[in-house]
Amino acid sequence: MIDLGPHATFIIAAYAIVSLVTIGLVGVTISNVFRQARRLERLEAERKTGA
Amino acid sequence: MTDQSETISSNWFSQLAHPGMFMRWSAYLIWPLGLLSIVLFAVGLWFAFFHSPADYQMGETVRIMYVHVPNAWLSQFCYGLMAVSAVGTLVWRHPMADVSMKAAAPLGAAFTAMALVTGSLWGRPTWGTFWEWDGRMTSTLILFLIYLGLIALWRTFEDQLRAAKVVAVLTLVGAVNIPIIKFSVDWWNTLHQPSTFFRADGPKAPASIITPLLTMTLAFTVLFLLLHLLRMRTEVTKRKADRLEHLKIARQQKGA
Amino acid sequence: MRAFWALLVRDLKSASRAGGSLTTLLAFYLSLGVILPIAIGPDKPLLASLGPALIWTGVLLSSLLGLDRIFVADHEDGSLAAFRHSRLSLSTISFVKLIVHWLTTALPLIVLTPVMGVLLTIDLQTLLSVMLTLLLGTPAIAALSLVAAALSVSLKRGAVIAPILVMPLAIPAVIFGVGAAKPLLGAGQAETALLYLSAMSLVFVAFAPFAAALALRLSQE
Repeated sequence: MIDLGPHATFIIAAYAIVSLVTIGLVGVTISNVFRQARRLERLEAERKTGA
Repeated sequence: MTDQSETISSNWFSQLAHPGMFMRWSAYLIWPLGLLSIVLFAVGLWFAFFHSPADYQMGETVRIMYVHVPNAWLSQFCYGLMAVSAVGTLVWRHPMADVSMKAAAPLGAAFTAMALVTGSLWGRPTWGTFWEWDGRMTSTLILFLIYLGLIALWRTFEDQLRAAKVVAVLTLVGAVNIPIIKFSVDWWNTLHQPSTFFRADGPKAPASIITPLLTMTLAFTVLFLLLHLLRMRTEVTKRKADRLEHLKIARQQKGA
Repeated sequence: MRAFWALLVRDLKSASRAGGSLTTLLAFYLSLGVILPIAIGPDKPLLASLGPALIWTGVLLSSLLGLDRIFVADHEDGSLAAFRHSRLSLSTISFVKLIVHWLTTALPLIVLTPVMGVLLTIDLQTLLSVMLTLLLGTPAIAALSLVAAALSVSLKRGAVIAPILVMPLAIPAVIFGVGAAKPLLGAGQAETALLYLSAMSLVFVAFAPFAAALALRLSQE
């Protein structure tokens, strides 16, 4: 790792926050994709069986 | 001749924008966009940390710029996308335009928030304060408030179809206002003479800064497009599921 | 034109009959005039220098208080739906609502502003310029309120959300309004701010009725 100088804390904090938010955004988005897909599947199955 | 080509192109567009078609063609884009953004992030981060010198003026803190500038750019790009979608909602009344607007708003708010946080983390070592009421930061903060208002408006409506039209009006009112806000904030800023000794738009950046900056901007933009696409797909699925759920409730009520 | 005046008179009459809202408005504004100096402390020079900014903030917040009255009564008793078949276009009706809102909200606040001036110990010169900038700038705020009220008319929680929509968009008006009223500005800058403020009010008042009419039409479909 290179030397980030006297302001390393700020640089690391900036990258840490951005990575956390970005990864969180990706995670929430992907989990929503699957959640809605499962929900649709369940509802479609219910309609077919006529529940 | 021109008329015919126009109908062909509008057919071509309306086919692509049809929800069913959209779900089919957009599925092919997910993996390429995902891989592309991973590669771009890897290259961009490598440049940002290992292959770019410290700036002669900003020192090592220039590295914050590599995550700040992409987010600041996306905060505006996303609003542009929403404004175009709002026109689509109001003029062509296209359901996919609604979906695009709704999918973009929280992303825009998130990227604007990241632009603000990284900007303030850059400002602390550079300006000696976490918050400087400088023109760009102030305008970005106001943009963040506008995003929050749009999201709040989306959420207060139960009927999402009606919400889309009303939110579209607000999005366009905001789009007209943003240049006015920017202008007024800049005017206000010159009035109060802030103690900035460095301006991000000042001296031209050397190539060593440009390369990581562009790569990271591209990486974030590709990621944004991917997330937007995924959120649009989720919304289409959700609407389908909502319709089925309504039908189910109606059936149950009839049966009861 | 007769229908225009008839509607204006009808709305003004119904606004004056519901007198409680005017009292609420003025009491809110006055309370701000008490709370702000108490929070800041009885430091007269400080209060005087903050005066224009505090008055502008007070007027903005107070005028947001009465925002839901613009369309709600007409929405509830069904007049809003009936307006669609009226001889007046929906944008003309919105324009009338804008005038009524300004007359029943901004004007009383401006009239009460000298009292705020006394509480904040600002001098007569500053007070007059603040009142002038309020006269020129409140139409812009009223125009934005009109659009926000139209956007949120069909919502149960419209009164809560509309102020959030107005505030960020009203920032330019506050900047130019306070900027024009500050006595310490360099030569010509107050005049520039005054010009920008008037231009903003003109443009917003010209466009807001159309945006509001569009929002009303869409939210009733």
